Amino acid sequence: MRLIELVWSYLRIGVANEMQYRVNFFLQLLQSLVALGTGLIGLWLVFNQTTSLAGWSQPELLAVMGVYILMGGVIQAGIQPNMQRLVDEIQEGTLDFALTKPVDGQLIVSIREFRFWQLTDVLVGLVVLVFASVQLRQQVSGMQTLAFIVALFLGGVMIYSFWLMLTTTAFWLTRIGEMVNLFQGLYAAGRWPVTIYPDWLRLGLTFLVPVAFAVTVPAEALTNRLSPTTLLGALVLALALFVLARIVWRLGVRSYSGASA
Amino acid sequence: MRRHVGFYLAAMKMSILEQFQYRAQNYFYMIGMIAEPIIYLVVWSSVANQQGGSVGGYTAGTFAAYYIVWTLVRNMNIVFTPYGWEWRLQHGRLSAELMRPIHPIHNDVAYFAGWKVVVIVLWLPLAAVLALIFKPSLNPTWLQLVVFFFAIWGAYLIRTMFLSLLGMIAFWTTRVGAIYELYFALELILSGRLVPMTLMPAWVQRVALFLPFQSAFYFPINALVGQLGPVELLSGLGLQLVWILVGVGLVNIVWSRGIKRFSAVGN
Repeated sequence: MRLIELVWSYLRIGVANEMQYRVNFFLQLLQSLVALGTGLIGLWLVFNQTTSLAGWSQPELLAVMGVYILMGGVIQAGIQPNMQRLVDEIQEGTLDFALTKPVDGQLIVSIREFRFWQLTDVLVGLVVLVFASVQLRQQVSGMQTLAFIVALFLGGVMIYSFWLMLTTTAFWLTRIGEMVNLFQGLYAAGRWPVTIYPDWLRLGLTFLVPVAFAVTVPAEALTNRLSPTTLLGALVLALALFVLARIVWRLGVRSYSGASA
Repeated sequence: MRRHVGFYLAAMKMSILEQFQYRAQNYFYMIGMIAEPIIYLVVWSSVANQQGGSVGGYTAGTFAAYYIVWTLVRNMNIVFTPYGWEWRLQHGRLSAELMRPIHPIHNDVAYFAGWKVVVIVLWLPLAAVLALIFKPSLNPTWLQLVVFFFAIWGAYLIRTMFLSLLGMIAFWTTRVGAIYELYFALELILSGRLVPMTLMPAWVQRVALFLPFQSAFYFPINALVGQLGPVELLSGLGLQLVWILVGVGLVNIVWSRGIKRFSAVGN
């Protein structure tokens, strides 16, 4: 219960902080819409030339894009800002302030920042998903919705774990700005279903950088392609990554020596 | 004039030495950037294969050539960012640069031009690896190679001028991020960065003819990858020159108006 209380109060602080800059909401919305526009144009250009891409129809790819935007919003709002702050504090040696708090270190570094306005992307993603399911002309059943939410949650856990591991390497390597850049580039691959990529890239996007599970698998749940085995696999991989991230984090903290707090 | 040549040589040499020190960092950055064209490449070569081998005149092989050359042109397109202008104006950094006996924009142009030399050297092995993986079909003539060499520098100058113009909006308003993002979105679509222009609807291609974006992106790539004859190649270079001159003219006008509004102090 302590955990929920803690998350809740940080969330409140984050929202209150962002509420000071209301114009940013409109700027963020504009940015989300511009990104949506260019994404739609890309999709439209492809379907000017063909009727399906690697077995995915246009509305199905629209669903993939919806999940991509939605998950991107979650990452930008809750995961990326925390990880960025963690990197900065490791570099500057001010992580002490977080580590000396009487709660678990990993927990506190993961919930301190919350960019409320970035949730516009979640909103835009949801709208795109609604459009996609209307175009698909199929009733999305309760079971499908449930599978979708579960897959989305597992995908989020995987992205979080992966990014925490990446960030934790800063304990040893200090400068990792470029790696973060690399991750963002690779995440963009999620705009399309990973099945269209050549084998080596698809494997990388599935197991090295869990883009496949974060975007493609939830989209499969909505478009009736998801097998229970895949969902089970997602569960196992999410758990494994989470545990691994925990271990790496522990090792990292052990080798941390505050420089100048 | 001789003063400027001396300045350019010195500033370029300095940035070459400096950026070569950061070669690992430069490499990571460049590798991070190749995700974007690879995604386009994979999508479009699967469309081409599905359509019986080619789409809009491009096969999987020519798409590969297009997007691999894309990576170099994209790197040449990286110039002093408008966000840098915003920062430079809002933090009063420009004050110090104004003290120099030379227009500040010369420093931007020279510094990034030097950096490009390092980038081109670093790009060659990267291109070799990409070529091994994606097997581009590329057999340019000597003229194409020569035109390409000049065209990438033309592209660099065009984009420098137009992004400086964009950045100088910060003389008048402090909220510029939204304008920049809109500009970049427009550029993405109308420059050939997203797809080769021939895949665009005819009216988009017509609109793009009247804008500088193509000259800074599509033309250099097409000069090497496409089937352009000598006349088209040279007139393409000519058009680049026109856009550079237009850009320089506009930069001068906007600068002389904007600088009167600049009142930041400090450094």
